[in-house]
Amino acid sequence: MTMLLRKRRDPLVCKQAVALMTEYLENDLSPRDRERFEQHLAGCPHCTEYLAQMRATIAAAGQVDPDDLEPEVLDDLVDLFRRWKQQ
Amino acid sequence: MEIAADVASGAVGDPDVELLDALRVGDDAAFATLVGRYHMRMLRLAESFVPTRAVAEEVVQDTWLGVVKGIHRFEGRSSVKTWLFRILVNRAKATGMREPRNAALDAGDGLDGRFDAGGHWTEPPEPWTSIDARLDATEIARRVKECLPKLPDAQRQVLILRDIEGADSAEVCDLLKISATNQRVLLHRARSHVRVMLELELGRG
Repeated sequence: MTMLLRKRRDPLVCKQAVALMTEYLENDLSPRDRERFEQHLAGCPHCTEYLAQMRATIAAAGQVDPDDLEPEVLDDLVDLFRRWKQQ
Repeated sequence: MEIAADVASGAVGDPDVELLDALRVGDDAAFATLVGRYHMRMLRLAESFVPTRAVAEEVVQDTWLGVVKGIHRFEGRSSVKTWLFRILVNRAKATGMREPRNAALDAGDGLDGRFDAGGHWTEPPEPWTSIDARLDATEIARRVKECLPKLPDAQRQVLILRDIEGADSAEVCDLLKISATNQRVLLHRARSHVRVMLELELGRG
């Protein structure tokens, strides 16, 4: 994608901006492509909303808790640990 | 200097290092704490590699055995968490892979048909401005969790490690033995698909 963009100096269209969202969030865009990306967002409320939703999705993933550990599973593993120690 | 460089690269400020030190001298409580902290998180990742939850449980138990037996091999070059996950991933891969699933989501970002020929939105994302009013963060996180099994396995693994476990891209490339580009593509597709799944519930009404 980045290679393709470098050949062209046209403003980005929405589809291109959406394809670059992760590279943007990862700070992997070249300065030139970053500028084009930000220029597009400045004039596009839909892609701005899309970026906000990507950020909200990432933030929500960060709140995903693991399932609860069953006490019996913990007890069994600690029992195993005691036996391993004795070997 | 060499020691300082080694320590600086991983284990400084790692709260789990003390637990490993206690584990080395056979401390049951330290082992129980470590299991409490990581068992279910390892199970969540293991499930994306092997055919069934029962097999995933065996892999995690086997990982704990590997941790106890191999504890002298932990050198502090990575965090304890990364070390645990590395043992887990290696064992999960050796155990046998799942049948490929959710292949329809392997490529793309779930946005087919949303743009016109010129690349402009025809069906733009509907604002999520009402999310906070209707749902709290815990509820949205619950929905993200429900999305995980619907993702192709490689995307699910990268999303779990990056966005749920908080690993950085270099760690994930190293753990999963994938290139930086592949890691970014998988992360992009995984996040895009989860966003689409959330959109179906959050963007309307």
